Amino acid sequence: MNSGDTAWVLTASALVLLMTIPGLAFFYGGLVRRKNVLSILMQCFIVVCVISLQWTLFGYSLAFGPSISGIIGNLDWMGLAGVGAAPSADYGTTIPHYAFMTFQAMFAIITPALMIGAFAERMKFSAFLVFIVLWATLVYDPLAHWVWNKDGWLAALGALDFAGGIVVHVSSGISALVLALLLGKRLGYNARPIRPHNLPFTVLGGALLWFGWFGFNAGSSLAADGLAAQAMVATQVATAAAGLTWALVEWWHNGSPTVLGTVTGAIGGLVAITPACGFVSPMSAILIGLMAGLLCYLAVAVIKGKLGYDDSLDAFGVHGVGGIFGTFAVGLFAQAAVNENGADGLLFGGVQQFAVQGLLVVVAIVFAAAMTFILYKLVDTIIGMRVDEKHEIVGLDLTQQSESAYTVIE
Amino acid sequence: MKLVIAIIQPHKLQAVKQELEAVDVNLMTVTNVLGQGRQKGVTEIYRGAKEAGGLLNKVRLDIAVNEAFVEPTISAITKGAHTGSVGDGKIFVVDLAECVRISSGERGGVAIG
Repeated sequence: MNSGDTAWVLTASALVLLMTIPGLAFFYGGLVRRKNVLSILMQCFIVVCVISLQWTLFGYSLAFGPSISGIIGNLDWMGLAGVGAAPSADYGTTIPHYAFMTFQAMFAIITPALMIGAFAERMKFSAFLVFIVLWATLVYDPLAHWVWNKDGWLAALGALDFAGGIVVHVSSGISALVLALLLGKRLGYNARPIRPHNLPFTVLGGALLWFGWFGFNAGSSLAADGLAAQAMVATQVATAAAGLTWALVEWWHNGSPTVLGTVTGAIGGLVAITPACGFVSPMSAILIGLMAGLLCYLAVAVIKGKLGYDDSLDAFGVHGVGGIFGTFAVGLFAQAAVNENGADGLLFGGVQQFAVQGLLVVVAIVFAAAMTFILYKLVDTIIGMRVDEKHEIVGLDLTQQSESAYTVIE
Repeated sequence: MKLVIAIIQPHKLQAVKQELEAVDVNLMTVTNVLGQGRQKGVTEIYRGAKEAGGLLNKVRLDIAVNEAFVEPTISAITKGAHTGSVGDGKIFVVDLAECVRISSGERGGVAIG
């Protein structure tokens, strides 16, 4: 056991929690109308409560427990049985098993929370709760098992996903798109964004996401070592490049560099560098950031408007598109010279890795989309996913939470 | 000259604006207001304490028009804001004694449009 590694992973776990609350909560909360801001904060907060328990009771065992044919973990680690202060033999071997489990819990928490952006302002709270637990159990846990469990079938093929491009961002991004399509547009949505009610919240939340993301990416080294530092550098420069790219492209295309655009671009860069940060050089990371900024801009500002689906806060446009690109970016830019546990990507002569990454993307898209469709239909039949029209008009804060965020008159 | 005051549902503002522009009424003042009509408010709860039926958010439009525009303005607002249920709002029309355009000093009907 290494005390430096342990200290870093415990700290990184807290940083990843900060990404969901208050980071993501305020990032999304600022983007909705004033009548729905509490519903967003509540959804983000309750996800932390619910998934922390789901993960402890059985989620961790499904994802990381002893594998049944590479498909899913068995329930040997239910209620954290056999998980303790001693290091695991397979995961984070220099830190307490508890520390690894907690770090992974924060990933399991933020992933379903990312989808909130797609169905913001129109999902029933009760349906949301049931859906989130089902989704975490039947989409996230299996996918995490396939890619990150030592015996997972995708891990066995040599799939590389350093900090969760596939498991976190592609899974939630694709599911977000499916949910936005199934749920339909918000009332009055006319293929144009509904104006955000508090952009300073969004900038604050976005900045906290960037800050917390160092725990997410550099923490995924599971040690206070050179690889963690390398992942941190890649994360920083890719994010910077993506934010700057969006601002410049938007300036050229629309006449003004906007703060919302710059923050959104930066998040796109964070997403794209997530699977790659432990495998690529700083110069490659800059290129990945540049391309991510450009691709997310195209997805959100150009393509979404033409297709007309209402992904309220662009969960798909940023996390889906950024995550898919980032996973391919590993296949392009990875260098065994950067990380000996990695591989050489296409640009460094490795054709095989690129093909494996492509397979990874296809599997994640098909699995996440199909399961989300099934779970949506199930919950929609039993509870009904969408709020009544009247409730949507009055707002989710008053109708789902019985609170209002702001008083106009005391 | 009349002053048309309309209290409408906030989410109908864009539709009402479009209808008004269609009948060439382009000048208006818009404010956020709280209101209580026949539509019941929603009970709020703060740490277990219930507050019954709070006031609901509405949007108020103040539009000064010349006589010929009064009826078009009323029908445009009605068309844009109508859903048929309680809570759609109300329109008040009151006489307007004077209107002054500050930039030019013009007064009366010419200052309105």
